[in-house]
Amino acid sequence: MLTAVIRAVGRRAVAAIETVGRFGHFLEDFARAAADVGTWARLTVVQMRRIGVDSLPVALFIAAFTGVVLALQASYTFKGTVPLYFVGTLVGKSMMLELGPVLVGLALAGRVGASMAAELGTMKVTEQVDALETLAYNPQSYLVVPRVVAATVMFPLIVGCAISLGLVTGWLTSLVLLQLSTVDFIKGLRLFYVFKDTWYGLFKSASFGCTIALVGCGVGLGTRGGAEGVGRSTTQAVVYSAVLILVLDAFWAVVLL
Amino acid sequence: MIKFQDVHKAFGTQRVLDGVTFDVRDGETLVLIGYSGTGKSVTLKHVVGLIEPDTGEVYVDDLAVSTLDRAALTALRQEIGYVFQAAALFDSMSVADNVALGLRRRQLADDEIEERVHEALALVDLTGRDAAFPAELSGGMRKRVGIARAIALKPRYILYDEPTTGLDPVTSAVIDQLMVRTREHTGATAIVVTHDMRSAYTVGDRIAMLYEGRIRQVGTVEAIQQTEDSVVRQFIEGRPE
Repeated sequence: MLTAVIRAVGRRAVAAIETVGRFGHFLEDFARAAADVGTWARLTVVQMRRIGVDSLPVALFIAAFTGVVLALQASYTFKGTVPLYFVGTLVGKSMMLELGPVLVGLALAGRVGASMAAELGTMKVTEQVDALETLAYNPQSYLVVPRVVAATVMFPLIVGCAISLGLVTGWLTSLVLLQLSTVDFIKGLRLFYVFKDTWYGLFKSASFGCTIALVGCGVGLGTRGGAEGVGRSTTQAVVYSAVLILVLDAFWAVVLL
Repeated sequence: MIKFQDVHKAFGTQRVLDGVTFDVRDGETLVLIGYSGTGKSVTLKHVVGLIEPDTGEVYVDDLAVSTLDRAALTALRQEIGYVFQAAALFDSMSVADNVALGLRRRQLADDEIEERVHEALALVDLTGRDAAFPAELSGGMRKRVGIARAIALKPRYILYDEPTTGLDPVTSAVIDQLMVRTREHTGATAIVVTHDMRSAYTVGDRIAMLYEGRIRQVGTVEAIQQTEDSVVRQFIEGRPE
């Protein structure tokens, strides 16, 4: 019994180490492929449209409702104890520092990360990745680098738009439902604002974009075993990305705040 | 010239190739036959470095494939056309773009790429289907696009991985004729992996049988047809016992 448990733990440990090793190789190949600018540069524009423009509606939808909820919850918490213009402060800080980047990042981990894993996974099991190699392309330069660059560039833009909309819906909620004037909302918004609030959130979202794309592509290219394998890779990409977003979020908070 | 020298390959505990040795002479078409799952496709993938041998070596033009760095391997791959079993066309690209992809890598002028695409599609009787997407094509047409993609590169070597598997007899015969026509047109050295004996007799100069991880017999079409080897005989006659 004990031996079986030890064996099972050992197998899991070896599998985990192998996964880390494979991902290390993947990152090494990625760094080499990044030098092949001629291949990935023109493909990056297409990916920027797919990742950026196509993801915007989801991000805006999430941000719009988050802004509403933040304003209402702030009012509920502050009523009778803290001046109501602090609603602007809470909406601003929360959207810029945390909820904008993280909620959009988690949503796009599902949309973008899953899509990359499924697409590359399907290409892998149908030998399209092998076909690319035989046509003298490096699959990393052709498939991975454009997606990673596009996600890293587009995520801050998407999150920037989402944060802006969240602030607008937070302001409209304060105006219509909380009877807080525009002047007071802006007063609260500017109260503790520093420029770092802006770049911190956008920088964080760039790191989330890079992570989601790397994980989606890495897991997708590691797919084995037909349709079932593609399904497994898609799930893994979402789970790994979501976990890494939360870990990175804590990491940047420790390092940068 | 392609040369396999004592190639061994295992996946986990499953030993697939167990000392494969044979060569393919310049300009000839060698057909590799064998039962399903005996490692024919694995053998083929060694030629372009998609799989590396555990031990032994594969040589193309006297270059040891497994020792090449990425740049040298890329240069070698530009000399080789590969036709995949299920065609492996890029779903998101039109037929013309699929055929042109390898040519774009060679940084040819747009006019030349267009000319070569039309030439290759004409050779596989798919003129006028440039704008179609793979999902709109039949299995036989997809295989022909796969062949067009390989021959558009004007390679010195062409590797066909089960080009007639899953096709009806008439379409299979069309593909066989296409392979013969391609050789006449390009003069390329070829390896054809198949278990379709009619196809093997039509396109092959020599036939090699892979059995239990090794080359059981290699010889001309006539030599294989008249073989005394019971295993080869059973396979080519398609007898269950």
